[in-house]
Amino acid sequence: MTSAAGTVDRPSLTDRSVGAMRTVARNNAWTLGLLGFLVVLLVFTKVVNSNYGLSSLQGTATSVLPLALAAVAQAVIVIAGGIDLSISSQMALISCVAATMMKTYPGEDVAVAIVLLALLLGLVLGAVNGALIVLTRVPDIVVTLSTYFIWAGFALLVRPAPGGSAAEWLKDLVVGSLGTDLLPKAAIVLIVIVAAIWIPLSRSRLGLSLYAIGSNRLAAFRSGVPVDRTKFLSYVIGGLIAAFAGLSLTASTGIGTPVPEPTYTLISIAAVVLGGVSLAGGIGGVFGPIVAVVVLQLIRDDMTFMRVNPNFGLVAQGFILIGVLVFGSLIEMRRSRS
Amino acid sequence: MTATTGAFGDGWLRAATWRNLFRDNPLIPLTILLVLLVIVVELARPGTVNTGWAAFTIRQAAVLAILAGCQTLTMLTGGIDLSVGYVASMAGFVTATFVHQPGGWVLGMTVALGVAALAGLINGIGVGVFRVHPLIMTLGMGLVVYGFSNVWQLQNVQTGSGVPEELRWLGTGLTADIIPNNLLVFIPIAVILILLLRRTGYGRMLYAIGDNPVAARLSGVRSWQVIVVLYTISAVLAAIAGLLQSGLSNTASVTLVTPYLLPSVAAAVIGGTSILGGRGGYSGTIVGALILTVLAGFLSIILPEPWRQIVFGSIVVLVAAAYTRVTAES
Amino acid sequence: MTVTATDLLLEATDVSKTYGAVVALDHASLSVRPGEVHALMGANGAGKSTFVKILTGAVTPDTGRIVVRGHERTSHSPAEARRNGLVSVYQEPAVIPDLDIRDNLRLTATPVEPFRHWLAELGLADLRLSGLARRLPLASLRIVDLARALALEPDVLLLDEITAALPANLTERVLQVVQQQGADRSVIFISHRLIEIAAICDRATVLRNGETVGVVDVTAGSEDRIVELMLGEAATAPRLREAGAGEAARKEQTPRLSARSLGDGRRLRDATFELYPGEVLGVVALEGQGQDELFAILSGAERPVTGSLLVDGQAVSLRHPADAIRMGLVFVAADRAEALLMQRSVRENISLPISARIGHWGWIDLGREGRTVHRAVETLQIDARAGSEVRRLSGGNQQKVTIARWVAAGVKTMLAFDPTRGIDIGTKNQIYILLRELAAAGAAILLYTSELKEVQLVCDRAIVIFGGEVVAEMPAAAADEVDLLRAAHNLMPGAALPEETTAGTPAAKAAVAAATDEAAGRP
Repeated sequence: MTSAAGTVDRPSLTDRSVGAMRTVARNNAWTLGLLGFLVVLLVFTKVVNSNYGLSSLQGTATSVLPLALAAVAQAVIVIAGGIDLSISSQMALISCVAATMMKTYPGEDVAVAIVLLALLLGLVLGAVNGALIVLTRVPDIVVTLSTYFIWAGFALLVRPAPGGSAAEWLKDLVVGSLGTDLLPKAAIVLIVIVAAIWIPLSRSRLGLSLYAIGSNRLAAFRSGVPVDRTKFLSYVIGGLIAAFAGLSLTASTGIGTPVPEPTYTLISIAAVVLGGVSLAGGIGGVFGPIVAVVVLQLIRDDMTFMRVNPNFGLVAQGFILIGVLVFGSLIEMRRSRS
Repeated sequence: MTATTGAFGDGWLRAATWRNLFRDNPLIPLTILLVLLVIVVELARPGTVNTGWAAFTIRQAAVLAILAGCQTLTMLTGGIDLSVGYVASMAGFVTATFVHQPGGWVLGMTVALGVAALAGLINGIGVGVFRVHPLIMTLGMGLVVYGFSNVWQLQNVQTGSGVPEELRWLGTGLTADIIPNNLLVFIPIAVILILLLRRTGYGRMLYAIGDNPVAARLSGVRSWQVIVVLYTISAVLAAIAGLLQSGLSNTASVTLVTPYLLPSVAAAVIGGTSILGGRGGYSGTIVGALILTVLAGFLSIILPEPWRQIVFGSIVVLVAAAYTRVTAES
Repeated sequence: MTVTATDLLLEATDVSKTYGAVVALDHASLSVRPGEVHALMGANGAGKSTFVKILTGAVTPDTGRIVVRGHERTSHSPAEARRNGLVSVYQEPAVIPDLDIRDNLRLTATPVEPFRHWLAELGLADLRLSGLARRLPLASLRIVDLARALALEPDVLLLDEITAALPANLTERVLQVVQQQGADRSVIFISHRLIEIAAICDRATVLRNGETVGVVDVTAGSEDRIVELMLGEAATAPRLREAGAGEAARKEQTPRLSARSLGDGRRLRDATFELYPGEVLGVVALEGQGQDELFAILSGAERPVTGSLLVDGQAVSLRHPADAIRMGLVFVAADRAEALLMQRSVRENISLPISARIGHWGWIDLGREGRTVHRAVETLQIDARAGSEVRRLSGGNQQKVTIARWVAAGVKTMLAFDPTRGIDIGTKNQIYILLRELAAAGAAILLYTSELKEVQLVCDRAIVIFGGEVVAEMPAAAADEVDLLRAAHNLMPGAALPEETTAGTPAAKAAVAAATDEAAGRP
């Protein structure tokens, strides 16, 4: 704060440590709040359905895995200031390629190579998105809207109808739990993938660059950040994670479905926003969106348990999404006015 | 401003002339593109292009154009309306469920339009007053409307439903075998939208808010008012489109119109409306909708479904890239 | 004096850049010796910023040769420029708002210890590196940006108006640090404040209309020569109003605007003054003294936290610019990008406030609008077709469009915030004449200007704002540049600067020198 005489106030020692704690808390406040809400929701779920136990938790984890990975992919892209409407069809394409190849070349060992190939394909899809956006300068929404159709078309080429198969070890990877009932395998898979990719990324200079171009592109450019290359890489990484998402689809369903689930893209965006990532870029992480996906799924499950029409679940989700955002923006408006 | 020596003379062979033409009058190259496309269709499958084909194409394009009108209006302010697919489907569906009720389908249509207007109002308040990002707000409302439609569907399973005959006449019918009846609805809407954007103060507000919201505010524009009205109009337009589509395909389904959501955005983009706001218009959108309908129809004849989508997507991104090139400051 | 090429640290020749129809730089040149502080001067729009951006890789030139330490080095990105030894610091800090300072340093591979050293030199030793950049005030961010640049030890440091909006004590530090740069390094310094230039710079290159028109050794008395080069003509201009006109009329009337202790809780504290119809009241202030906030409040863009405002004697509460406009309070911004719809036509821009009223949402009478727009275009002598996109106009014409908008809608009270910033002299004179005409027709005009000589050219009276308060008021006749500058620094008019308060700083030394010269009757 500058006073009239033009000097800058210097905070005292205690001020500074309190301030530091407050900063950390505020940055993670959203995620903490969401986590708290999740805990409340879990308790509520147990109340509503006494049968809801650890095995149901496993079931939830397995069904949530693809969407959670999609949300993480979207989060990386949105943090860098972009958006990807084609995630659901990327998932469909990868899923179909994997399922078809695993049927054509059966064998547990061959499946490993197929999985690697699928991941490579994900990188390529992401690279195409990124390259188009950077080279044509067309807004991200329009480019990914177009590639949504293109990937969906290729998915249909690969698999005109749902089918194919999945290797046993792949299916086994996402169902059930490891050792004790407390660790659903799907959750472990999610943690491993996200940790392996995001943790090194977020602390690296590339990770900082992602936040930088999302936060203020001009300042990033003037700071010497290679803006175009960073933007491109954000989509490549998103494509890789989307490939994991597609593989998890095949793993949990055992087949590949060419028609992308229409709600996947939209819900991935919703989860990202609910998870505390700003659509403008530069703010947020991947943990929040994952929690948000679980929250959304639990709400849907709770509706089923309560024998409520599942479509009320959709209505509820929509209202929650809107409500949270209105609330968030009210806070924002109050803060900017003070 | 650098001027070329008129449209003809030595100026017209230079790329710069065409570039300026494209930028200032996107309608001209768009129409040329449409004509070229029709020629290609005829060459690829001789005999395709006849009055029947034209009638069917225009009939379908009219519905898409109305839906794309929602996107044109909202995109001008830098927004978007992702709820139109669900709102449109809801409208057609709800109207159909009233067919056997007292009050008939007219009551049903009134209810549908009312619900749509309410959804649009909520969208407008969310975006205009609470500054929620339009992508998310309309997405959320879309889900809400979808859920509502499903609930409604379950309530009405017993009573049965059907698309009322009048709507079928309007949606499917052709007068004298050439003129689609839905033009009766579409043409007034088109005229209203074009005039709204070009000749009314409200239209100017849309462009102003999209181009520079700060400047608009400093000049006294109360944007929340404009936005609330905007999304309400968008939802009502979507409902009308849904009624026509329901009549066209003689189906009442809660997801009838959702496949047209992304094409509606594509039509507006191809038609020259910038997704960033402040630039564009409805006449381009109409041609864009025609182009997409011709293209989709053509692709469905000559190409299997997968390639249709690939070509469709590629064309949208190519045209958008061309626009960005041409309208960018150097 | 000829200098062999190897003596120069930086030599840029034949640099040109054109944006569409606008020529930003026209074969401009710049040469910098090792160890010197070199000023780059010119009116706004002369091309200084473009030159800086080209030197540091933010913009690619159309033509040009840039030689650093004898090696040809044209940079294509800021990262490459940094490798070539050229780093710039802009008015908008290139600090990422959503990262903390430490992450900002990591992002740019800036060594932390040198950074801390320079922070301390610049007076911010206690800055927490874990604080989010967004939370810091603009002045601190500028210092952070500067410290970061210094820590990179560039061969040439380019400072683009870095002292603008810095509080006085930080400015002193910055100038000190700049002067302390070693014999092997140089600084290119852009500033509008001649006092600063005179205090720390060795030579100055002057740009006008994109061309280099002169290189001047900065000594006592060279300011006139510099100004002459910048303007392209003698620094005097005819007075546009007769002395004494307006005061008589003023005494009888209700003030058009009466501000009573207006404050926004931050930079504006307690502004009290009156504005009468038929007069042009000048507002003078150094950067960041609360004048931005004052104008925002008066135009309805922000609400005051303290104080009250009366319009024509009635207390009003303005919640939105539309309220202000309804009362005839119109705002002309300095930043054209803020005020204009760049992609829309001249016509749409001019008629914007008219369409904005909800009663005008309906059908537009194109004929009537056309006439109104045409009249405004003629009055302002705007050199463009009504249908052209505003972004293709020159800066001067663009500014005229922002004024034409209000001329068309009817001006009762105009709040003009530095309307002639960055405009060529010809257009400036046209605007001055227009303002006088509007005043003569009964409008009340509040004119904030960063060019002090405008006060005597255009205004009837002037008020000076310092520290968020109105600290002085003087009739135009008494408001020459030296007195205004003194008042703007909150020093008593007419007195010599006391040695103790600001002793030793370059700015003070220069001011003392100027005052002494004046007292001795030297020009």
